Amino acid sequence: MRAVDAILECLKAEGVDTVFGIPGGANLPTYDALYDGGIRHVLCRHEQGAGHAAEGYARASGRVGVALATSGPGATNLVTTIADAVMDSVPTVFITGQVRTDLLGTDGFQEADVSGITMPIVKHSIMIQDPREIPMAIHQAFHIARTGRPGPVLIDVPQDLSRAEINYEPVDEVNLPGYQPTVEGNAKQIRLAAKAMANARRPVIYAGGGVINADAAAELTELCRSDRFPVTCTLMGLGGYPAPDDQWLGMLGMHGTRTANYAMDEADLIVAVGARFDDRITGKLSEFAPRAKFIHIDVDPAEISKNVPAHIPIVGDAKKVLPKLTREYRALETDASRLEGWWQRIHQWQDKHPLRYDDSEDSEIKPQYMIQALYEATNGDAIITSDVGQHQMWAAQWYHFNKPRHWINSGGLGTMGVGLPFAMGAQVACPDKTVVAVAGDGSLQMNIQEMTTCVLDEIPVKVFVMNNGYLGMVRQWQELFWDKRYSGVDMKMTPDWVKLAEAYGAKGMRATDKGTLVDQMREAIETPGPVILDVHVTKEENCYPMIPAGQPAREMVG
Amino acid sequence: MGRFAGVMGEPGTKEVFNLADLEAAGGIHTGRRHILTMLVENKPGVLARVAGLFSRRGFNIDTLAVGPTDDPMLSRMTLTLDGALHPIDQVTKQLHKLVNVIKIRDLEPAEAVARELALFKVAADSETRGQVMQFAEIFRGNVIDVSKRSITIEVTGTDDKIEAFEQVIRPFGLIEMVRTGEIAISRGRSAT
Repeated sequence: MRAVDAILECLKAEGVDTVFGIPGGANLPTYDALYDGGIRHVLCRHEQGAGHAAEGYARASGRVGVALATSGPGATNLVTTIADAVMDSVPTVFITGQVRTDLLGTDGFQEADVSGITMPIVKHSIMIQDPREIPMAIHQAFHIARTGRPGPVLIDVPQDLSRAEINYEPVDEVNLPGYQPTVEGNAKQIRLAAKAMANARRPVIYAGGGVINADAAAELTELCRSDRFPVTCTLMGLGGYPAPDDQWLGMLGMHGTRTANYAMDEADLIVAVGARFDDRITGKLSEFAPRAKFIHIDVDPAEISKNVPAHIPIVGDAKKVLPKLTREYRALETDASRLEGWWQRIHQWQDKHPLRYDDSEDSEIKPQYMIQALYEATNGDAIITSDVGQHQMWAAQWYHFNKPRHWINSGGLGTMGVGLPFAMGAQVACPDKTVVAVAGDGSLQMNIQEMTTCVLDEIPVKVFVMNNGYLGMVRQWQELFWDKRYSGVDMKMTPDWVKLAEAYGAKGMRATDKGTLVDQMREAIETPGPVILDVHVTKEENCYPMIPAGQPAREMVG
Repeated sequence: MGRFAGVMGEPGTKEVFNLADLEAAGGIHTGRRHILTMLVENKPGVLARVAGLFSRRGFNIDTLAVGPTDDPMLSRMTLTLDGALHPIDQVTKQLHKLVNVIKIRDLEPAEAVARELALFKVAADSETRGQVMQFAEIFRGNVIDVSKRSITIEVTGTDDKIEAFEQVIRPFGLIEMVRTGEIAISRGRSAT
């Protein structure tokens, strides 16, 4: 069989039902195999859209997302996507066409050294040099993408090799001597961690995206409830613990709640699970959680002690480690009353500093209210994606995620324009769910072309634009830190979103009155097919509270 | 890291930095010399992956030697570099994450023997040739090429020895020097 047919066989053996992509010269053979290959192909309108859709698919389902692109510009258009996937540890496989082997290195038409370009941003990449390697390469790629700390794997397939006749035999085992993730967690360390937790007077459990990736939300919840442990999640960890809840402190970090950040600041023990002490969490690193000891559970040993030295490191998969830790902790039969004082302190913060905003006196829609309305219109049960900026932070603050894989955003790389293609991929993975992209009017145009894909492929995503006429987060920083010298942030003109939706063959709606917003959202959700709902919100609202960049958590403002 | 650790250049501040402060905060690491020895899969692109990791972290590799091993599937890479302990630790962990890297070890100088080969092309005529050859003999070097106006000497040893030889030979007129970079093997019975 042709090597490309073997690629299709391997994809099916890996359980792939859908791929996103765009054909071109160098991957023509792959598309020929796709013609009747038994896998759904979603033709996207830009490779970046295809890549983010594959990410959205993976983030929503936990299965590996796959995107295809041709050589040269097709492949380079995937670069942002791959960087996004590596930062947020998204299991993805990218298969790019490459020019013929005799043209390699000659600056041939549509040639780009994509494996070289992407080397710092992939988990692994494989440049095919012999068509007989292809089946093993595909299976290795999937294995590497989804195990350990998940991430993007690129396979670059020269066009001539892809049409070679090979003797395909199914691969049943992948053996990679240099890749052996540690998943179980060291029993002694886990026992030590349980003891530290039993001795702690002011503990906080701080969970990140690793909990979502490991499908360990239930295990995390179990650990938190093995005592009255206060718990906070990062932007990427939202949904890892069901909010709202008595033990839930809210999100932490730059736009997290004061309670969560103050609790970290005063904690004597921080239990980090699948989180990486990003600068958006720690603020000024040298003054981060000055009284705390750290237990750090992560499947990636390179994360441990990278930013904050761990006192008790545990390398392992959260799904394996957390139940053992819970068991060890329960066996110690500690007295929950020792946390009374800590909870009193936390309740004081919660009473004094709840998340809040000043609602409008008239019909104006405050951006925070828009998210509250969204929560109401969707009964808190939708998959929400977002672009990057103020709207992303407000969505994270005000939509109380109570299930994993329902909050899909670009946390690490902070890629604008991901909301629509993420939603598209998530909807393909979860056809029965309501999927809403909370878009920024600055971000949406970066991948608006995928409206076509949604219309044609009957992917009924709902795009709710938080329209304030600004690149709002940058405007906020210019207002607060750069003397209101608004430079390059006024959008001046964005398209008429309603007409644009209609031009794409979708439904367009506009909301300007908070009194009817929930009903309009419900109407959008009940409308079959894709919808853009243009929601006009307060123009110069700031996202608070906020840790000013480079400051410690106690210096939160707003 | 100095007093600026973690706060230099946040976009939320307007300060303008002077270069000296930036250098102080940027972490110009000096510490003991490290010899990293790695077993890697003998595949294309592996060297680029390893080198890329160092440049991403702002590390300067002093020397790098790559060669085959007793197993045709594997290659040995030996790197030497300067570095404070903590960042080296981070780099080793990152190197471990490369799928093509099988094994990596930060060799303590006391527990390994290291050698390097260097070739020196020295200006030498009939008058000075004898003196140069005498120095070569002291350093147990070999003459591997001679011409009317030059002599080429091969010296093997630790980098200290090679540098010492360079010092004594330089006054004669060092035309060119080529060094392999150190390779190292652990002392005792167990494999590196």
